[in-house]
Amino acid sequence: MNMADFSSIAPILMVSLAACATMLAEAFRKQDDRAAGVWFGVFGLIGLAGAIVTSIFSHWNHSMLGFGVISIDNFTVFFNVMLCAIGILTILLSIGNAERDHLPSGEYYTLMLFAIAGMMMMASTTDLLVIFIALEVMSLGVYVMTAIKRSSAEGVEAGFKYFVLGAFSSAFFLYGIAMAHAVSGTTKLDEIGMRIASSSLDPSILLILSMVLLIVGFAFKVGAVPFHMWVPDAYQGAPTLVTGFMSTGVKVAAMAAFVRVFLSAFEPLRIEWIPILSVIAALTMILGTVVGVAQTSVKRMLAYSSVAHAGYLLVGLVAASTAGKAAILFYLVAYSVTNLGAFGVLAALTSGDRPHDDVRDFAGMWKERPGLSALLTVFLLSLGGFPPMVGFIGKWYIFNAAIQEGMYTLAILGVLTSVVSVFFYLRVVVMMYMSDETAPEHRPAVSAVTTAGLLLALIAVIYLGVLPGGLLSIAADSVASIF
Amino acid sequence: MLLLIPLLPFLGFLINATVGRRWSQGLSGGIATAAMAGAFGVSVAAVWTMLGLEPIGGVRAIDQHVFTWIASSTLEIPFALRLDPLSSIMILVITGIGTLIHLYSTAYMHDETNPDFARYFSYLNLFASFMLILVLGASFPVMFIGWEGVGLCSYLLIGFYYTKQSAADAGKKAFVVNRIGDFGFILGMLILFTAFGTLDFQLLAIQVSQLEVEAGTMAGAGLLTGATLLLFLGATGKSAQLPLYVWLPDAMEGPTPVSALIHAATMVTAGVYMIARNAVLFSHAPFTLEVIAIVGVLTALVAGTIGLVQNDIKRVLAYSTVSQLGYMFLAVGVGAFAGGVFHLYTHAFFKALLFLGSGAVIHALHGQQDMRFMGGLKDKLPITFWTFLIGTIAISGLPPFAGFFSKDEILWKTWSSGHYVLWGLAVVAAFLTATYMFRLLYMTFWGTSRANSAPEHEGTSAHVHGSTGHSAAHPPSGPSAHLHDAPRPMAIALVLLAVGSIVAGFFGVPHALGGHNQIEAFLEPSFHAMTLSGEEVAHAAAVHGDVAIELGLMGLSIAVAIAGILLATALFKNGFGRAEALAAQFSGVHKVLYNKYYVDELYDAVFVQPIKRLSTGALWKVMDAGVIDGIVNGVGLTVRGWSAVLRRVQTGSVRAYAMSIFVGVVAILGYYLWR
Repeated sequence: MNMADFSSIAPILMVSLAACATMLAEAFRKQDDRAAGVWFGVFGLIGLAGAIVTSIFSHWNHSMLGFGVISIDNFTVFFNVMLCAIGILTILLSIGNAERDHLPSGEYYTLMLFAIAGMMMMASTTDLLVIFIALEVMSLGVYVMTAIKRSSAEGVEAGFKYFVLGAFSSAFFLYGIAMAHAVSGTTKLDEIGMRIASSSLDPSILLILSMVLLIVGFAFKVGAVPFHMWVPDAYQGAPTLVTGFMSTGVKVAAMAAFVRVFLSAFEPLRIEWIPILSVIAALTMILGTVVGVAQTSVKRMLAYSSVAHAGYLLVGLVAASTAGKAAILFYLVAYSVTNLGAFGVLAALTSGDRPHDDVRDFAGMWKERPGLSALLTVFLLSLGGFPPMVGFIGKWYIFNAAIQEGMYTLAILGVLTSVVSVFFYLRVVVMMYMSDETAPEHRPAVSAVTTAGLLLALIAVIYLGVLPGGLLSIAADSVASIF
Repeated sequence: MLLLIPLLPFLGFLINATVGRRWSQGLSGGIATAAMAGAFGVSVAAVWTMLGLEPIGGVRAIDQHVFTWIASSTLEIPFALRLDPLSSIMILVITGIGTLIHLYSTAYMHDETNPDFARYFSYLNLFASFMLILVLGASFPVMFIGWEGVGLCSYLLIGFYYTKQSAADAGKKAFVVNRIGDFGFILGMLILFTAFGTLDFQLLAIQVSQLEVEAGTMAGAGLLTGATLLLFLGATGKSAQLPLYVWLPDAMEGPTPVSALIHAATMVTAGVYMIARNAVLFSHAPFTLEVIAIVGVLTALVAGTIGLVQNDIKRVLAYSTVSQLGYMFLAVGVGAFAGGVFHLYTHAFFKALLFLGSGAVIHALHGQQDMRFMGGLKDKLPITFWTFLIGTIAISGLPPFAGFFSKDEILWKTWSSGHYVLWGLAVVAAFLTATYMFRLLYMTFWGTSRANSAPEHEGTSAHVHGSTGHSAAHPPSGPSAHLHDAPRPMAIALVLLAVGSIVAGFFGVPHALGGHNQIEAFLEPSFHAMTLSGEEVAHAAAVHGDVAIELGLMGLSIAVAIAGILLATALFKNGFGRAEALAAQFSGVHKVLYNKYYVDELYDAVFVQPIKRLSTGALWKVMDAGVIDGIVNGVGLTVRGWSAVLRRVQTGSVRAYAMSIFVGVVAILGYYLWR
C-alpha cells in the first residue's frame, strides 16, 4: 500500500472512522444520557467535514488511482463533496429531532455514516465488482435506517419491502456484472470499454444482456419506472429524516455510478441504450407526475416527485453531450439541496408519533408558523421549477441539453410534466396560505440546529438559482476530467 | 437605478410578510403604498433619464446588467434589465396605477384582521415587484421570472377569501389554465434558445431581422412560426384569450382592487406586452400574426356577447376586459404594435377606474355584486357615479376620452392593413362594448333602488369583506339606509384615474385629426431591431392611407358607439321591461349567452373529468399500492407486530412489485431480441 492508495481512500476512511467512533460511543454511553445524540452528530460532522476538506484541497485536479479500483478524479471529488454535504445537512436536521422521534440515535448516525461511505465508494470506483460491494454497503445501511423505528409498523414493513426488492434487483445487477465479465474477461470499466469498442460491430447477445441487467440494477436504485414500486412505500414508511437522506444520497450515488458506467464502459453501445433509456425516462417522468397528482400524503407525493426527478436525470443521461453531463451533476445538486430542505421542514413538523403528513395537516400553517411555511414554499416551488430558484436552472440545463441533441419528444414531455407537477407542489402551498386551520394542533418547536440546517438549504436554493454559474463550471470541470 | 424599481415593492413585501402582521393596518398599508409610490418616483426619474439619452442605433435605452445569471461554457444569460420606450410606458402604468390601487386598498380592505391585511399587502407588493421584473427584463428568462411570479401572486390573491369555496376553485382554475400557457412559453423559449443561442430580446431581434420573413401559410411555416405560436399560447393563458380565457371571469372572486390591478390593468396585459416586445420576431412569422389577429377579434366578440347578459357587476367588467384584451391582440396581430400598446395603456386607466368604481359600489352596498339589486345610486354616490360615468364613456369610445383614440387607432390599422372582415367584426365588438357598459351603468346608477329586494346574505354578499365584514357591523336591516360614498383614499384614486381616462388619449391623437400621434413615434423604435449602422429606422409610413377614409371610418365608429349607447338607453334606462321581453323572445340565445356558451361545462367534460379519472382512478389504482395499503394499513396499525407485517408481505404487494420488476426486465430484453 503506497501513499496514493492511502490518499485516494482518505475521505472514505474519515467517514468510516467517524462511523466507528459513533458505534463505540454508543456502546459505552449511559442509558439515560440525552446529550449523547448530539455528540454522535458532532462525530459525524467532523468526519464529513474532514472528508470534504481532504477532497477539495488534496484531490481536486490531482488524479490518482488507489488499489487499482478507486479513481480519484474531479468527477469523484464532485460526488464525494456532494455526498458529504448531504450527510452534513442531514445531521444538522437530525440533531435533536432523532431523539424526539424516538430513533436510536447511535445506530441512526452509525448507519448513516456507513451508508455515506458506501455511497462515496460507489461514486469513486472504476470496477464493476467494487460498485456492487459499495452498492450493498450503502443499501444495507439504508434498509435498516428505513426500519429503524421499531415501534412503527409502517417503517418496519417499508424496510422489509425495500430489502426484499433491493436484494432482487441486486441479483440482476450481479448477473449483469457476470455477463460483462464473461464477454470481456474483466470487471474494470475502462478495459470493458476498450474490449467493446474493439470488438465486431454487432454486439453479442451476452453483452446486450449484461447492459440490460445493469440498467435494471441502476434504474431500481434511482427509482425509475417500472422499477420504482418500492419508492412510495419506502419513502412514506421510513422516518421523515431518513426519507430525506435516502431520497437524495441513494439517488446521487446511484446516478454517479450509472453515469460513470454508461459513459465509459458502455459508451460504445450508446446507440443501443439510448432508445431504452429514453423510454424509461419518458415513462418515469409521466408516471411520477401523474400519480403524484393523486396523492394526499405529502411524503408520498414527494416520493412520486422524486420518481419524476429521476426521469429528468435520465433525460440528462440520454442527452449526454458535454453540456448534458454537466447538467446531470448540476441537477443532482439542485434536487438534493431542495429535497433535503423540504423533508427537513416535514421532519421539523413531525411531533412524536404524530406524523405531519396529510395535506390537510398543513391547513392554515402560515398563521402559526410563518417561517417554516415560507421555507417549505420556496423548496416546493424550486422542486416545481419556478425561477429564480435552483430547480428552474437545473431543469433549464437538462431540457436545453435534450433540445440541443434533437430529442424534442423528451424535452416536450419534460416541460409538460414539470408544468403539471407544480400542481401538486402548489397544493401544499395553497393549503398553508389559503385555508383555515382545521385542527389547531400543536406543532413542535424547531431547534436552533435544525433552523441552521434549513437556512443553509434555503441559502443554497436561492444562491444557486440566482448565481448558478460557479457550480455549473465546476460541474463541467468535473465531467471533463473523465469523459 | 432600474433594479431599485422592482426592489422597492419587494422590500415592502418582505416587511409585510415578516413583521407586518403584528402591526396596525395604517402602518402596514402605509409601507406597502409608500413602496409603490417610491417605485413610481424612481420610474419617473428613470424614464426622464432615458428620454435625455442620445439614441444608439435608433434606440434609446438604459441597460442595467445586474449579474450574470445562467452561464455555461458557450453562452450566458445575464440578469439584465432594460428600459426603452415600450417598457417605460409599462413601468409608469404599473407603478402609477399600482400606487393608486394600493391607496384605494388601504380603505377598501379595512375590515380585514391585521394579519390578513398585511398578508394582502405583501401579496400585492410581491405582485408589483414581479410585474416590474416582467416588463423590465431584457431577456426571456428574466421575463419568465416575472411571468411565473405574477401568476403565483395572482392565484394567491384570487383565493384570498379562501373560506369561500368558489374563490378557492377560481384560484385553482386560474392556476391550471395558466400552466397550459406556461407550457407553450417555456417550449417557445427553449426553441428560440437552441436556434439562436441567445434569449436577449434585442440580440434576438437583430438576428431575426436578417432572416427572410417566413411564409404566411401553415405549410410554409418554419421554426419562427412554431416558436411564436408556442409563445402566443403562453400569451393566451396569461392574457385570457380564446380558448384559455375561462379563468379570468372566475378570478373576480378576488378582492376588487386586485381585479383592478392584476386582472385588468397589468398582469393580463403581459401577453400583449410580450408580443410587442418581440415585434421583430412575430413580424417574421406572418402566419402567427394572422392567428393572433383572428383569435383576438373572436375573443372580443365572444366575451362581448357574454358580457351583454351577465348580472354580476364584476363579471361584466371581467368579460369586458377579456374583450378589450382581444382588441389589443387584434392590434398586434395586424402589425399595429404601437396601437396595441396604446390601447393597453389607455385601457389600464379606464378599466382600473371602472373596477375601483364597482368596488366603491360594492363597498357601499356591503358586498352586493348583483346589479339586479342595485339601481338608483346616481345621487347617493356622486363621486363614484361621475367617475364611473367618465370610465364608461372612455371605454365606449366617444371622443375626446382616452378609449376613443386607442380603439380607433386599432380599427384604422386593421382596415388599412387590408383585414376588412376583421375590421367589421371589431366594429361589432365596439358596438357591443358600448351597449353592455351602458347597460351596466343604467342598471347600477339609474332607476330606483332595488337593494332592499335582495335576498338577505344571498350568494357572495356576506363574504366579500371576509368574515368580519360590514355585514356583521351593520345588521342587514335595510342596507340602503346608510349608503356612504367612497372614503377619502378611495375617492382620491377614483378621481385621479378619471382624469387619466380623459387625458391619457391625447398622446395618441392621429394625424388625420391634426394630432401628432406622439405615442406611436415614441414607441416605434422598440419594435425594430437595433441598427448598428445608425441609419434611421423606416417608420410605419406604409400605412397612412387616405385621410378621408380614415375620417370616415372614425365617424362610423363614433356612430356605432352612439348606437350602442342608445340601444342600452332604450332597453335599460327606464326599467328592464323591454330588455326582459327581448330576452324572452330570444330565450334560446339568451340562455346560451347567460351560460357563457357552456364553455366551462365543455372543458369540464372534455378535459377535467377524463384527466381526473385517469389520475385518481385508473393510474393511481393500478400503479400505486396506496389504495390497497390504505385498507391493509388499518390492520397493520391495530395488530401492530411482526405477524401483521409478515402477513402484509405475504399478501402479495411485494410479489406484485417484484413482478413489475421482472416484467420490466422481460420487456426490455424482448425489445432487444425482437427488434
